[in-house]
Amino acid sequence: MARNVSTQRKIVVTVVAWTIGILIFFPILWTFLTSFKTEAEAIASPPSLFFFDWTTENYHEVQSRSNYFLHFMNSVVVSFGSTLIGLIIAIPSAWAMAFSPTKRTKDVLMWMLSTKMMPSVGVLVPMYLLFRNTGLLDTRTGLVIVLTLINLPIIIWMLYTYFKEIPGEILEAARMDGASLSKEIIYVLTPMAIPGIASTLLLNIILAWNEAFWTLNLSAAKAAPLTAFIASYSSPEGLFYAKLSAASTMAIAPILILGWFSQKQLVRGLTFGAVK
Amino acid sequence: MATLHTRSAARLMIAPSVLLLLAWMIVPLAMTIYFSFLRYNLLMPGMEEFAGFSNYSYFLTDPAFFQALFNTLAIVLGVLFITVIGGIALALLLDQPMFGQGIVRILVIAPFLIMPTVAALVWKNMFMNPVNGLFAWIAKLFGLQPFDFLANAPLMSVILIVAWQWLPFATLILLTALQSLDEEQKEAAQMDGAGALSRFIYLVLPHLSRAITVVILIQTIFLLSVFAEILVTTNGGPGTQSTNLTFLVYAQALLQFDVGGASAGGIIAVILANIVAFFLMRMIGKTLEA
Repeated sequence: MARNVSTQRKIVVTVVAWTIGILIFFPILWTFLTSFKTEAEAIASPPSLFFFDWTTENYHEVQSRSNYFLHFMNSVVVSFGSTLIGLIIAIPSAWAMAFSPTKRTKDVLMWMLSTKMMPSVGVLVPMYLLFRNTGLLDTRTGLVIVLTLINLPIIIWMLYTYFKEIPGEILEAARMDGASLSKEIIYVLTPMAIPGIASTLLLNIILAWNEAFWTLNLSAAKAAPLTAFIASYSSPEGLFYAKLSAASTMAIAPILILGWFSQKQLVRGLTFGAVK
Repeated sequence: MATLHTRSAARLMIAPSVLLLLAWMIVPLAMTIYFSFLRYNLLMPGMEEFAGFSNYSYFLTDPAFFQALFNTLAIVLGVLFITVIGGIALALLLDQPMFGQGIVRILVIAPFLIMPTVAALVWKNMFMNPVNGLFAWIAKLFGLQPFDFLANAPLMSVILIVAWQWLPFATLILLTALQSLDEEQKEAAQMDGAGALSRFIYLVLPHLSRAITVVILIQTIFLLSVFAEILVTTNGGPGTQSTNLTFLVYAQALLQFDVGGASAGGIIAVILANIVAFFLMRMIGKTLEA
């Protein structure tokens, strides 16, 4: 009897949860479906959910009209570039703070975090002028520099919380067994640090890919990543729903897939380790 | 173990990060403060002169500023209200045993991974458009007049779009916190005859309070600077009805080229954010000690 009730309950919960889940996901699903419609079908009334003539026309069209690939590559270069440079700078720092902490380590960490609290708009004017005067405006290099700086505190924090979890006893054990420092790093620490570094990399690529304040303000036709490129659909072009959908689908698909793989890290990274 | 040698090595390893962040924090901010005391318009180069506090008094007496301040708070509070309540409800739901839990989780998280410009444009065109949008079609289905969301309720529409993006964040964090709740405690409460409601109020909610605080504080930091969603949907309008502080400063700087005025606005935004940051930092600092 009790078992019956719990199965019934499970079915009710399943139906409710799936309904809500699909409703929340619906705008994304709708975008995906619309990207395979013709422009006429995209605004047809009544709208059709699945039963229309599927076409990949829009995907070709988006590329041929606006050099979509250039902006896609801008996104790739800017998000991977800023994340890799950030990691190169952050790994030694996080390492040092995790394994030979001093009395001031905590203050340094808190201070680094506080730089993330500064609203971007507070430094928009000088950054714009500095970029204009140094020729960095609308260049990939400029965007990589800014995104590296704004995400550096998160990278350091995430790495720090991961490195902290590597138990010190393991090092001692390795030393007792006569491992040299280089062996210690290569065979003991690196394998234990790699999962943390990979998670940090993943989360940061997501954050950099979706960053939409600096990319919108500091880039134009040449270096615009997808965030800024899609924004150009806000006026007249936006009326072409099918093309907007195709451009959007390609822009969000890679990150959706990455993000689904890194749900746990998302929580940890975005709360600076406060919730695990 | 921390010999003099390792300590200086550690310092060397930390130095690049510290120096970079120090430069990033001090140089542009100092420039903003400096500009905020100048009469400086990019359209009139070479005419810069000291202006005292006139940029601040201009900004603080501009009706658009108070509208922007109000809108900023409305966006923060509106989105927080929707996401925290919705997040708790969703987290409780997703914590129940069900079929295909992993897939539902994936569906719910998705909006958070969408870039802001795409999210805003999809909502603006394919849902809220009064002629071709899905909402207009649904309204007509019921014989109602389609509602022009972005023209008649621009601020509400922006809040709705931003809330859709942040609901997954709240849900995910609260769900993570919920799953760390001791099963035995729940069972013990149940055996003692506590109903579902009192279990929620006396057991679950106190357990979640830390996670809720974290959600509120972190979201506030981001919500104070909502920008892309406004830029591509309403462009701050009609008039200044959906202009927040970030957008006002952007418009002052890059549309009106008023470097001095925009800088003063930027400094005001920094001060506001610092008040919030103060509480957030204390919160995170505590967890560092634990």
